[in-house]
Amino acid sequence: MATYYSEEHEWLTVEGDTATLGITAHAAEQLGDVVFVEQQEVGDEFEKDGEIGVIESVKAASEIYAPVDGEIVEVNETLADNPGALNEDPEGDAWIYKIKLADASQLEDLMDLNGYKAFIG
Amino acid sequence: MTDAPKRTPLYDLHVELGGKMVDFAGWEMPVQYPLGIMGEHKQCREKAALFDVSHMGQVILMGENVGEKLESLCPQAYATLKEGKARYGFFTNTDGGIMDDLIVSNAGDHYFVVVNAALRHQDIPHMKANLGGVEVTEIFDRALVAVQGPKAEEVVGGLCPAARDLKFMETAIAEIKGVECRISRLGYTGEDGYEISIPDDNAIEITRAFLAHEDCEPAGLGARDSLRLEAGLCLYGNDIDQTTSPIEASLGWAIQKRRKEEGGFPGAERVQKELDEGPSRRLVGIKPEGRAPARQGVEIQCKEGNTIGHITSGGFGPTVGGPIAMGYVANGHGEPGETVNLIIRRKPQPAQIVALPFVTQNYKR
Repeated sequence: MATYYSEEHEWLTVEGDTATLGITAHAAEQLGDVVFVEQQEVGDEFEKDGEIGVIESVKAASEIYAPVDGEIVEVNETLADNPGALNEDPEGDAWIYKIKLADASQLEDLMDLNGYKAFIG
Repeated sequence: MTDAPKRTPLYDLHVELGGKMVDFAGWEMPVQYPLGIMGEHKQCREKAALFDVSHMGQVILMGENVGEKLESLCPQAYATLKEGKARYGFFTNTDGGIMDDLIVSNAGDHYFVVVNAALRHQDIPHMKANLGGVEVTEIFDRALVAVQGPKAEEVVGGLCPAARDLKFMETAIAEIKGVECRISRLGYTGEDGYEISIPDDNAIEITRAFLAHEDCEPAGLGARDSLRLEAGLCLYGNDIDQTTSPIEASLGWAIQKRRKEEGGFPGAERVQKELDEGPSRRLVGIKPEGRAPARQGVEIQCKEGNTIGHITSGGFGPTVGGPIAMGYVANGHGEPGETVNLIIRRKPQPAQIVALPFVTQNYKR
């Protein structure tokens, strides 16, 4: 199990050819109070950099961009009723999707924790 | 306009309090503090919140018959505004659109006017050019601080007992910590509260004294926006502008009977015609049924699928506990209870037209 980070402030914890995807605590803090999450459905396929959802905070709407190619295999449905969980535990219980990776070699383009920490300064 | 953003006298205090500073209308202002927009919003509804509104333009008008002369620029009955009273109003253009909204106070030996930050450069020349015989002086050496919420009277009254005697839309000069301030019982949050004009040199000290009260916390522009939206109050540039008439904007309540009948202000013809025949569109409250906020620019469709208007302000109402919005809808639509669709990210989302405000106003009359 290894965790990767994207420049769009997502984390991706990989186990075999599947991964859990969410937004980082840094991203959640920047967004402020989250009031709505628009998620796609199980079975939806997506490409790297494609839009795979929207997070609305009190301030503004922010798109979620896919860090890799893949397919959604599970949606965290608790976020629909409790979007505020994204502020409380964005790197734990408030994961957004579980995905199936289409091309594991794309993980090489992502950062590890130290790289991400340096990226956000 | 590449000028660096300006700073209010409270800038250092905002930074010290952890304010997240953003550029707003050419001013470096706090959008929120560590409490966050949601927390600051609730603080204002439940206790008291303090906002820096020093970016707004404070103007003094001196001369003979200032109130009567203001009536040539505004549809409000300012000639009969009594000493010690304040009144919401707006400048209209010759087409009956709104140039800016403002608060005018009769301060006895002068009139005190507060205009929007972004329109200072328009409003001051407008008054100078059109108020003959009136000396128009923009104030650059006073901060403006709003203390709003059900505990505002305790917070402000604790330092300034005279504040307790003011009623909604009344204004007076009073001392706070030995400093002469103008205190007006009004605001733009839908709550009871005050706006206090303080000399620059004393602004931080007096603001700190308000914040020392256990029920008072600083709040930023983010909470100010969600509070005014819940209170059904228009934001210039979003809900009202040079093209929207006061009648379209559902601001007929702010035009007094005599002015409606007599006219005599820019664009009176359109305003009177719309009062008689109804406007072609009207600003209404809109409550999305789902959880997705509908933001400015979102298209409004009637049940049959035709476009009937657009959202002008929209977001999340922390006190309402869900998304809320305002927008214009075409004549023939807009009765409370009507079901419409909002096109959010290309998908129709059901919503209902509702009466404004979303949250009952809590003024001390």
